[in-house]
Amino acid sequence: MKKQSEKIYTLIALIILVLLVYLAQHRLDAYKLRILNIGAIYVTLGVSLNLIYGFTGQFSLGHAGFMAIGAYVTALLVLPPYYKEIIFILEPLAWPFTVLQAPFIVALFLSGLLAALAAFLIGLPVLRLKGDYLGIATLGFAEIIRIIANNLPHITNGALGIKGIPEYTNLWWTVGVAAVTIYIIKGLIHSSYGRALMAIRENEVAAEVIGINLTYHKVMSFTISAFFAGVAGGLFACLLTTIDPKAFMFVMTFNILAVVVLGGLGSITGTVIAAFLFNFFLEYLRPIEAGFSFGPIKFPPIPGLRMVSFSILLLALILYKQRGLMGGIEFSWRGLFQFINRLLAKKKPTEGSAS
Amino acid sequence: MTINLFLQNVANGLSLGSLYALIAIGYTMVYGILRLINFAHGEIFMLAPYFLYFGLLIFHLPWWASAIVAIGLTALTGMLSEKIAYKPLRDAPRISALISAIGVSFFLQNLAIVVFSGIPKSVHRPVFFTRIFQFGEIRIQSTLFASIGISVLFLSLLVYIVYQTKTGLAMRAISRDIETSRLMGIDVNKAISVTFIIGSSLAAVGGILWSLRFPQLFPTMGMIPGLKAFIAAVVGGIGSIPGAMLGGFVLGMSEILFVTFSPGLSGYRDAFVFLILILILLFKPDGILGIKVQEKV
Repeated sequence: MKKQSEKIYTLIALIILVLLVYLAQHRLDAYKLRILNIGAIYVTLGVSLNLIYGFTGQFSLGHAGFMAIGAYVTALLVLPPYYKEIIFILEPLAWPFTVLQAPFIVALFLSGLLAALAAFLIGLPVLRLKGDYLGIATLGFAEIIRIIANNLPHITNGALGIKGIPEYTNLWWTVGVAAVTIYIIKGLIHSSYGRALMAIRENEVAAEVIGINLTYHKVMSFTISAFFAGVAGGLFACLLTTIDPKAFMFVMTFNILAVVVLGGLGSITGTVIAAFLFNFFLEYLRPIEAGFSFGPIKFPPIPGLRMVSFSILLLALILYKQRGLMGGIEFSWRGLFQFINRLLAKKKPTEGSAS
Repeated sequence: MTINLFLQNVANGLSLGSLYALIAIGYTMVYGILRLINFAHGEIFMLAPYFLYFGLLIFHLPWWASAIVAIGLTALTGMLSEKIAYKPLRDAPRISALISAIGVSFFLQNLAIVVFSGIPKSVHRPVFFTRIFQFGEIRIQSTLFASIGISVLFLSLLVYIVYQTKTGLAMRAISRDIETSRLMGIDVNKAISVTFIIGSSLAAVGGILWSLRFPQLFPTMGMIPGLKAFIAAVVGGIGSIPGAMLGGFVLGMSEILFVTFSPGLSGYRDAFVFLILILILLFKPDGILGIKVQEKV
């Protein structure tokens, strides 16, 4: 297939995506929109985690912490000053934050920058560690960030959290940010930097021997990954309109990690599919625990049953698909057409068989 | 600060440390053999006091019998979790097994919400554990002695099993090299099952002692103690059993002393624990008693 026709296909796909987002934003109800929005935010989170873990091979469990930084920065910047006075009841808000206000897009960008700054400072000492040790250390930092947020009532309103954040996030923002994230990270991976990152993943010693600066590349990958996690945190704050430190427990990181691994490490396509599937199942399993009546017999609602079935689903998937849904394979037009051709070829001899 | 208050806090730290040590063993043994961070271990820890609670409430068993049944059931759960969720993934990428462990953790936690309900339950403590001893000005609850005593008892039992019996020898061999052990005729699956049984029963003992000290049960109660015990295992040197014990005591002690000396910062208690972890990792990445593994090129 020619390069040019591939570009045309991509352009058509993008136009269809824009149309779909337009339709979804105007036709779907708030509940369905919420699920789609969270799915798209998970795409941003998952793709950014995939950069540091899937492509650079550095086991980072710090995403919840970077999200928290982003969420708080955005919340403090978009809230109008008079409203801040009302909600900070434990202790009045500290000075610079009382007057600061910025438009949503600036707030998101600053969220990313501050999360990236934190990642840079954390990454310099910590990225010397390898494997599980790195994972534990980054998990520790994420928890420290959360605990600090819990203990600074004059900046974060402590355990009460910040309420009434304006709901700026809509599908345009979440899908837009996800698309930009994918575009930038895909570009990065296909650049010489990306080759260096993958060399580090495959064999650190060998990469160092051929002249790749390990610290520089690892810290760069970690910082970029945290930037997008921070932006996603900002989107999250303006979607849920309420944030508190509990939302950024390590369970959040586990969810993102599960999305990345279930999608297939080192596959952006896999992450995108898994991010939406993860959240669809999480929501559509809700009726299971709602309780129902079967003729005269009434079954009472059973709280917790949704998550039980969800975790069984998660376990079944990882046991059955040990390398994730895509197993490291990336989407390409050529691959898609080959797949369709194979399906058609299979179908012809045995007419009517459901494939 | 008076010397009495200090001693009281040392006793406090020791008893908290002994609980961390009991839980940390499970993490370190499983990591030593499978190189897997068993994130479901905190949930195993949570199950034991619930089993005990319902043994007393529904079956009206005497306390000691209920405790034994609870430990047995918890050990069984631990063993089954390995058979179902980790064994099929032994040849898969290590991260898949980790996701599986997280899945088991979610599953047990939410199963507890379904079966035991999410409403916190208060634990009935036998009279023996509520007595208070008075030494001069120091008042120490018998739970404190009990948790230190029982932990030391079980830890000695563990040391005996691991270093003096044939099963222990098999377990140590597997943690060195799983393939060679199999060639030497060691029943690897059996030894791994035994590892999970031992780790889970120690966590069960820890869970029951924990519920005597903090007498409230809720399905997510295992998360934070589990995470801290895991940190204890890393601080002591993951994979090393004496390391896990030492790490548990170090962590419990420094946590209590931190709160004692800087009560104004008590909100940062958990952050302090993580800070210790990070500092240890940065300056001695293999933990206090860990063995440095040289990377071959």
